[in-house]
Amino acid sequence: MKKRIGVYICECGSNISDYVDVEKVRDAVKDEEGVALAKITMFACADSTQQEIVNDIKEEKLDGMVVASCSPKLHLFTFRNVAERAGMNKYNYVQSNIREQVSWAHSDKPAEATEKAIRSVKAAIARAMLSEALVSPVISSENVALVVGAGIAGMRTALDMANTGTKVYLIDSDHFVGGRTAQWGEIFPTGETGREVITGFYDEVIKNENIILHTGCKAVSKAGSVGNFDIKLKIGSRGIKMDAAASGDFDERLEKAIAACPVSVADDFDFGLTNRKALYRSDGRMPALPVVDRENCTKCGECVKICPEIDIQIEETYEEIKVGSVIVATGFDPYEPSEGEFGYGEINNVITLQQFRRLIEISGEKLTYGDREIKTIAWIFCVGSRQTGVLKGENKYCSRHCCTSGIHAAVLARKKFDGITNIHFTRGVRTYGKLETIYEESSVAGDIYLQSYDDSVPVVSHENGIINVKVDDILTGDREMEIDVDLVVLVTGMVPRADKTIGDIMKIPTGLDKFFNEVHPKLKPVETVMDGIFLAGTAQGPKNITETLNVSHSAAIKAHALISGGEIELEPTMAKIDKKLCEWCGKCLEACPFKSIDKEEYEGKTVAVVNTSTCKGCGMCLPPCPVNAIQLTGFSDREIISMIDALAE
Amino acid sequence: MSSILVFSTEKISDPAIDLAGLLKQHYPPTVYTISVPCSSGIKPAWIMHAFEKGFDGVFIAADGTDCPFSETCTEKTAEIVARTHEIMEEKGMDKARLRMAAICSVCSQAFVKQVSGFSEYLEGSD
Repeated sequence: MKKRIGVYICECGSNISDYVDVEKVRDAVKDEEGVALAKITMFACADSTQQEIVNDIKEEKLDGMVVASCSPKLHLFTFRNVAERAGMNKYNYVQSNIREQVSWAHSDKPAEATEKAIRSVKAAIARAMLSEALVSPVISSENVALVVGAGIAGMRTALDMANTGTKVYLIDSDHFVGGRTAQWGEIFPTGETGREVITGFYDEVIKNENIILHTGCKAVSKAGSVGNFDIKLKIGSRGIKMDAAASGDFDERLEKAIAACPVSVADDFDFGLTNRKALYRSDGRMPALPVVDRENCTKCGECVKICPEIDIQIEETYEEIKVGSVIVATGFDPYEPSEGEFGYGEINNVITLQQFRRLIEISGEKLTYGDREIKTIAWIFCVGSRQTGVLKGENKYCSRHCCTSGIHAAVLARKKFDGITNIHFTRGVRTYGKLETIYEESSVAGDIYLQSYDDSVPVVSHENGIINVKVDDILTGDREMEIDVDLVVLVTGMVPRADKTIGDIMKIPTGLDKFFNEVHPKLKPVETVMDGIFLAGTAQGPKNITETLNVSHSAAIKAHALISGGEIELEPTMAKIDKKLCEWCGKCLEACPFKSIDKEEYEGKTVAVVNTSTCKGCGMCLPPCPVNAIQLTGFSDREIISMIDALAE
Repeated sequence: MSSILVFSTEKISDPAIDLAGLLKQHYPPTVYTISVPCSSGIKPAWIMHAFEKGFDGVFIAADGTDCPFSETCTEKTAEIVARTHEIMEEKGMDKARLRMAAICSVCSQAFVKQVSGFSEYLEGSD
């Protein structure tokens, strides 16, 4: 039982003290049994306060510590480190969340919030009194990582990790690497094409001996935990014998085989603007080998007659790998407008930004869509993003990249094709930071900008072959402006990948925006609540390419730092058996999802024993025990009961 | 005002309860939380102790299918609730004073709705 506990009540600037009477809380707990000192701090996490706590622990010979502040998700480890720096066992520290769960949640009832804070701090003190000095178990960790997604984020992450000595499995469900970036032509501000950027990354990946690249590959199951994840990979077949490209006239015969393929399907790479065969290769994409689209292949055999290197019978294979960490870099999907949204799907010449970018790439000297040569383009911004006001939808966020990307596409169109007029229907241009130059370039070149709020968005109509866009323009004092155009480009934003499988397998929570969620945008920006699982790129939320690369560097460093030492310190939360009480019945073993319960002989009877190397501390073995012989470290009956008592006072 | 003890989980429902606070989604201030690793590890004795100490209701903010430990979490937590309900019935207690719902990591609104509705029920049954 601890006898000298230090209690620190944080004002969090005014986030807590605006609603909770922190002096009242301190006065209510300072004389509690075991409390040696109780202080109010403006910012408990500030360096100066941390040092003050270290000094208090040493000078006042504190044996336990409570900080009542924000959520433990943010600063549990901060204050555990403070305890360690002062020579106190870090598990004698307890954090009480009086910000998210008290001051903010009950900002409407300050008096009641103060009462709840008092009880919450008392519960933390009760737990600290019973806390044990524990030793964190250390497990060996594989210095191997799995990077899911071989787009620009995944390849950057894989290269960073591989270059520091970590072995990396880099997988992508597509048979080609590059993700979305590979689909873009010239990108801003460097002027390189997306394909050039991706080819550069791919060449580095292939040369790097620490990277094993599997395309057409998915993770299908995960077991184990941080440091030692067991991942099962399903590796799809390209339908081509892999040494095929080496044979002399392969390319020539392949072209004939592709021509002989009777299947024609919409090409997703061009967002449905073009068609491809079931046997296809994608010009300039990597790896350069062709692919048999097994979903659409009818197995007619026409291609095999011409090109025997094609083997449509090759089945997928499975590989089981052990990795220390997983980095999820699965990217985004472009927002798909609903039928009729700004005329999409109802009016022929209404397309998305992503389609337009491919249209530029596949067009010749003239820009045409359908049967019409395009001269005047209406750009409607924020489609699928910032859905407020009259815009129906759940995407409240800004997709960050689309203002720049849309204006850049307009500038490219003006440069590449003669006589282009761009009319931009915006809700305020967000070409932030250095990206502002593209807005300036567009404006100087003569692009016209109109603007509306979310209560009056542009209206697209179509009559007798004429497409008309109308808006109440706030820049000209709400004057109604309208123009007939040849093409409407909906500047569509980012949405999470429709395929949620990887999130389900890795158990990664999503945020309100449905993208994968980091623990905290500032304190743990690439970590998930699942230990050892990190996020890179737009799987986490909208980003441009520069931001994607920055985050990928961060994820690589965090994952590398975790696993490269070969050892990982774990939480000491584990089940413990009271052998005197235990009369082996097997119910704990039955309940344990990790089969971490063994049998042993003790004083003439068979009892359960916990395998501490595999126990994950979930506590599932506790409730089924008929004689209450199992306790969970840190969550023992005494600790839970003491907290209930304190909260119920 | 009726008091409710919430057993929440560190990885899944705790973030949702935190999020409710972040978004200033208010719920009764007599709702108190104890965090555990997994909702399948809650002992019926803890729940009964909460009732004995005067809590009007106990709410288990369960991991549901998001549980990082096992796919059987939902059924195991349900078993704990069922066993506790039996004990409550034996003691002549209203079983509805113990509720469980899966609260995902961003289900802040669901949490607020659940505990607010539960609080109203408990007020009405006094």
